[in-house]
Amino acid sequence: MPFTPTEKLSTEVAELITHYPEGESRSASLMVLHAIQDEAGYISAEAMQWAAAEIGVKPMHLYELVTFYPMLREEPPGKFVLKVCRTLSCAMAGGTELHKNICNKLKLDPNAHGLQTTEDGKFSIEFAECLASCGTGPVMMCNNDFHEAVTEEKSNEILGSCE
Amino acid sequence: MPQEYKLLLKHADADGYSNDLECYERNGGYAALRQALAIAPAGDTTPQAQLRKSVLDSGLRGRGGAGFSCGLKWSFVRHPNPKPVYLICNADESEPGTFKDRQIIYKDPHQLIEGMIISCWANHVNLAYIYIRGEFTEGAKILNTALAEARAKGYLGKNILGSGHDLEIHVHRGAGAYICGEETGLIESLEGKRAYPRIKPPYFPAALGLYMCPTIVNNVETLCNVKHIVEMGAEPFAKLGTPNNTGTRLVSLSGDVKNPGYFEIETGKVTLGELIQNENFGGGLREGRTLQAIIPGGSSSKVLKAGETFKVGETEIDLLDVPYDFDTLMKIGTMSGSGAIIVIDDSRDIVECLANLAEFYAHESCGQCTPCREGSLWMNKALHRMTHGDARAEDADYLKHIAHNIQGRTICAFGEACAWPVLSFVEKFRDEFEAKAK
Repeated sequence: MPFTPTEKLSTEVAELITHYPEGESRSASLMVLHAIQDEAGYISAEAMQWAAAEIGVKPMHLYELVTFYPMLREEPPGKFVLKVCRTLSCAMAGGTELHKNICNKLKLDPNAHGLQTTEDGKFSIEFAECLASCGTGPVMMCNNDFHEAVTEEKSNEILGSCE
Repeated sequence: MPQEYKLLLKHADADGYSNDLECYERNGGYAALRQALAIAPAGDTTPQAQLRKSVLDSGLRGRGGAGFSCGLKWSFVRHPNPKPVYLICNADESEPGTFKDRQIIYKDPHQLIEGMIISCWANHVNLAYIYIRGEFTEGAKILNTALAEARAKGYLGKNILGSGHDLEIHVHRGAGAYICGEETGLIESLEGKRAYPRIKPPYFPAALGLYMCPTIVNNVETLCNVKHIVEMGAEPFAKLGTPNNTGTRLVSLSGDVKNPGYFEIETGKVTLGELIQNENFGGGLREGRTLQAIIPGGSSSKVLKAGETFKVGETEIDLLDVPYDFDTLMKIGTMSGSGAIIVIDDSRDIVECLANLAEFYAHESCGQCTPCREGSLWMNKALHRMTHGDARAEDADYLKHIAHNIQGRTICAFGEACAWPVLSFVEKFRDEFEAKAK
């Protein structure tokens, strides 16, 4: 089934392409993929084909980005994506335990570092590398919301507020 | 008593300060831009050339990690240039331990934008980008709002403030790859490709950068400083800090201190020990703990061991008395990098600390050069094994062997960035690594 973009997405993509010099529309690729993922939650092969035609590149040019950049996803994740910082300062502040606790609560593998999703599709969790807030570790993101100094209690509140 | 010196962070955390244009202008914002645009030609020297000279004279060094002279970097671009010149703000803040650019982007975005507009004008740039790391979703929104405000006021667009100069700035989001902080990787990424760094020569950004045109890539903090150089004058700016280490430095302090956070200091006027122990800064280690190690300039810098002494000039100084600047840190065999200090106390397993960083580098290697792609994975595997009860007597040498085969053998500095922590941890804490095998 071909990808049908919303009107909002079509307008946004057309606007993004104008941000780059004439003949350099390939530059818009990453921003266009972000726009698709922000709306759909992931980037399907059909979406890549549509976007490639809009930008004027081959679908392969987008696929090589989706498989390179860690934030881009080919599969739909859970409704709420949790990213827990794994890197040193956060690990020293309890990031590893935070990830483990949430995984246990969600009945997911506490030793897995990559993206895993609960059976009901509500939550996905993954470790992320340094989220640049090392002074207030451990930090995590819930979709686009950023949370600092996340204690177990605070993580319960964050998960509880996901509806 | 050592104090903070607030130049870039003068307003960011002040009560009632908000990140909108109205608040920025109320606090004197965009006056430096008007000042810059009003510079008169001096004989044959254009206003732009005067401004570039001023940045060179100020001694401003890049705040992203390399500490290279900003004025010198700018001077590599020829003017007039037959090709368009581009400027990119590197806002891909992702060196572990670093969280300074975030403060400016989120709390004082117009300071960055004003610094960028002045820098673009000085370098004849009509189109610039802010490459911001993907995870700063809110930051990208804040910058877009600020850019729209600046556009509406005539600070951006056609003929800015009647100067005859056109300028547009756009936000470009990364997507979670650390390698995009490397300037040629960033340029590839901005061109819509995988962020594989380019080999230098020939691809020096000042000659063959974005779209094979001359390109200037500067860190957020560096560009903000340009505004202050215009405001203060190069000479007064150069009096801040210490000779050859001018201006202020935003320091990110994390790890085992009572009061982690970001601090702005006059470069070189505060020592490592003061940053960690003084109550105006880190406030010391937690009760009953002693210092084990300091990572002084982001995770890629070589680690320093508590109790180490160094010969600087004629004198022997203790690690804690090392002034926090560019040059002294280089002299003692490491670097101040992105200004990020991670403090490690005696409760930590030093091998586990390195294992954590090795996993970071294994995850972030772009995969272009074999020594780095394979080596970062091998080091990670070995360290994982060592911290999971399966260490071998020869592991310390094995790690050094791999690291030696990465550094100097890759297209970009990531090779050094992943080798240096391993080499320095193993060299300075060899006993701890060997003890794992017992």
